[in-house]
Amino acid sequence: MEETQMEEECKEEINGTQIEEKESDEIQMEERDSNSQTEVAPALIAVHPFDQSVAVAVGSELRIFNLAKNCSVSIESTEMLHKDAIRAVRFSDKGKLLVSAGDDKLVKIWSTETWQCLCTVNSEKRVSAVAISKDEQYVCFADKFGVVWIVDLVGLAENQPGSNKKAAELFGHYCSIITSLEFSPNGSFIVSADRDFKIRVSVFPRSPLKGVHEIQSFCLGHSEFVSCLTFVHNSDFPQGFLVSGSGDSTVCLWDVTSGLALCTSEVGKEANLSEEAHPAVIDLCATGDGSLVAVAIQRQVSKVPWLQGILLLSCDLSAGKLSTLKVIPVPGETFIPTRLGMALSKNLLWMVTGASNLPGSKATSFARIRILSGFNESDTETRVLEDQEIPGGEKLLEKLQGSVSVQGADFSAAADTLNAAMSSLLRKKQYSNEKREFRKKTRNDKKYNQ
Amino acid sequence: MMSGKGNISKNKSTGLPRKRFYRARAHSNPLSDSHFPVPLSPQHVDYSIHFPQIFPSSDRSGDARRIEFADIGCGFGGLLISLSTLFPEKLMIGMEIRDKVTEYVKERILGLRTTNPGQYQNVSVVRTNSMKYIPNYFEKSQLSKMFFLFPDPHFKEKNHRRRVISPFLLDEYAYVLGAGGIIYTITDVEELGEWMKTCLENHPLFEAITDEEIESDPVVKLLEAATEEGQKVARNGGQTFQAVFRRISLSA
Ligand SMILES: C[S@@+](CC[C@H](N)C(=O)[O-])C[C@H]1O[C@@H](n2cnc3c(N)ncnc32)[C@H](O)[C@@H]1O
Repeated sequence: MEETQMEEECKEEINGTQIEEKESDEIQMEERDSNSQTEVAPALIAVHPFDQSVAVAVGSELRIFNLAKNCSVSIESTEMLHKDAIRAVRFSDKGKLLVSAGDDKLVKIWSTETWQCLCTVNSEKRVSAVAISKDEQYVCFADKFGVVWIVDLVGLAENQPGSNKKAAELFGHYCSIITSLEFSPNGSFIVSADRDFKIRVSVFPRSPLKGVHEIQSFCLGHSEFVSCLTFVHNSDFPQGFLVSGSGDSTVCLWDVTSGLALCTSEVGKEANLSEEAHPAVIDLCATGDGSLVAVAIQRQVSKVPWLQGILLLSCDLSAGKLSTLKVIPVPGETFIPTRLGMALSKNLLWMVTGASNLPGSKATSFARIRILSGFNESDTETRVLEDQEIPGGEKLLEKLQGSVSVQGADFSAAADTLNAAMSSLLRKKQYSNEKREFRKKTRNDKKYNQ
Repeated sequence: MMSGKGNISKNKSTGLPRKRFYRARAHSNPLSDSHFPVPLSPQHVDYSIHFPQIFPSSDRSGDARRIEFADIGCGFGGLLISLSTLFPEKLMIGMEIRDKVTEYVKERILGLRTTNPGQYQNVSVVRTNSMKYIPNYFEKSQLSKMFFLFPDPHFKEKNHRRRVISPFLLDEYAYVLGAGGIIYTITDVEELGEWMKTCLENHPLFEAITDEEIESDPVVKLLEAATEEGQKVARNGGQTFQAVFRRISLSA
């Protein structure tokens, strides 16, 4: 008797089903919100592993400069372009491919030889992260529903560009947006990080098209969204270790086989930033020998001093330790990188700051590139290059920034908007009860799923 | 909060909580994750809260015992109560997303501990969303049994991804189950039964257990008999569909 009563009552309660509904609703609401108004998109940068070229993404625009030939690359046919903000861009480790993807639900695979688009993959949802297998056989991408997909590149040929390929489901994070995807150095694991503090390490099998089912470990310990991942490795530690950056203002070093945290560096504190503010880690970049990790930290909202430039960590692989080396300021400007990039061969760290779709400012988009030189094991005399010292010089800046000089005032003014945009990209949105209810009433999934 | 209410809401003679005092508010807060605490990692699960007699302090470094059974979406906890005395040496926990139901199960266990000194010390419950936080509670290969009894059916095709048994979530269950561990599922919804069986059959890390094993496993009999939902189905003479599978290792 009492039992049935209790059950009836519990059905009235906001029950488990509705919670789940709420969660996927949230993602759909985010989808819709960002469909109706174009979101500010932070500028991205990727550097060819052997310094052949550099790619910068600003909004839907993919800008490429050929460093080897010292000339800018123009993508010929307009139907090959992205139609909405690019959220991920990266080169393959061997340098043959570049992959770009984002809000237009397209994943584009480019030949870095000819700069033809070898193939376009349609995603059902917007794309948040991409990775390319070490052997350049597979492209993996994560969509806004937390599902990771795989594309088999077998048979992708230069002579028939523009083909379409279908993606297959690989695995999923339940209802959480994946922020970063990374293969381990020898390609045996694929690592995915999400906005729910989670890092999953999955065994990447020999025939991955059948799905990735074996989880090697979870690297748990971050108390905020995980924003970025990278591996540090060298010949003594070919498997290497994983480094993660998070909204909890820390950088963590992990053994992915066991999922154990080896070391946590409180980079917010280390950079002498205010203790209350806990600025988020935005991006990480490791040197080819795994000895140094550059860390980009978000600007803080208040007027307290923020890190203007980057933080450099040294990484001792044999001891499994990260330690703060120094803060490298970028002189003269409010320069807070939105993305970092590094080639294996040269000791240059590429930094970009910028955004597209900036509301209320004269220039709706901007990008500014700075380069830090002097990364090698023995001496760490790092220096920010002057514009005229940059490889490719003015030609490169004109292509990648959109103009040779970018007014410091332009991006100082935009810094706060950009900051807010970075937050909304990584943090989960909080929706009010009213909005949720409204959303439920006005729900029309077909319409928004198109 | 609960303790103040404890006196009036318990039946005086049995010490058991009376369900009608656990009235659910029709509209409680919009529940977001932050409305219940989630342990940062399995090491952060405080066993002394769940099993105070077995773990007097929250430092459990000297004790190798771990939770081995998990009842996912445990509802009112009937299965756990039966398992507790059947396996007095094993630690077990129920995971339930509804706040009031979780509170009810908590009180039920406390009541049983009071009326049966020394018993029911190995069973507990936690309020969480099992679809998101299982890896926060259990380490790799920690569990030997997982239960999914009469889960919500989510009929519509587009809602299949919300089912607690799904190809993606099975990866996580395979992770927390040790090799040889068993996953028990049962439902009165034929379509869902088919779905759960197919998901398990298609997963490379699970294999069906044989009919003989099903016959000899005392736990299988509890699937229908021990839970509130199962009893309801039985009262109405409904049919049930079960799928019982073993976690296997790939390399073997
Ligand atoms: C139909 S009841 C079955 C209860 C119990 N197993 C039985 O057989 O009596 C399903 C239960 O799962 C719970 N549930 C649904 N989704 C859940 C989730 N994501 N995490 C934890 N519990 C969940 C519901 O609140 C509900 O109590």
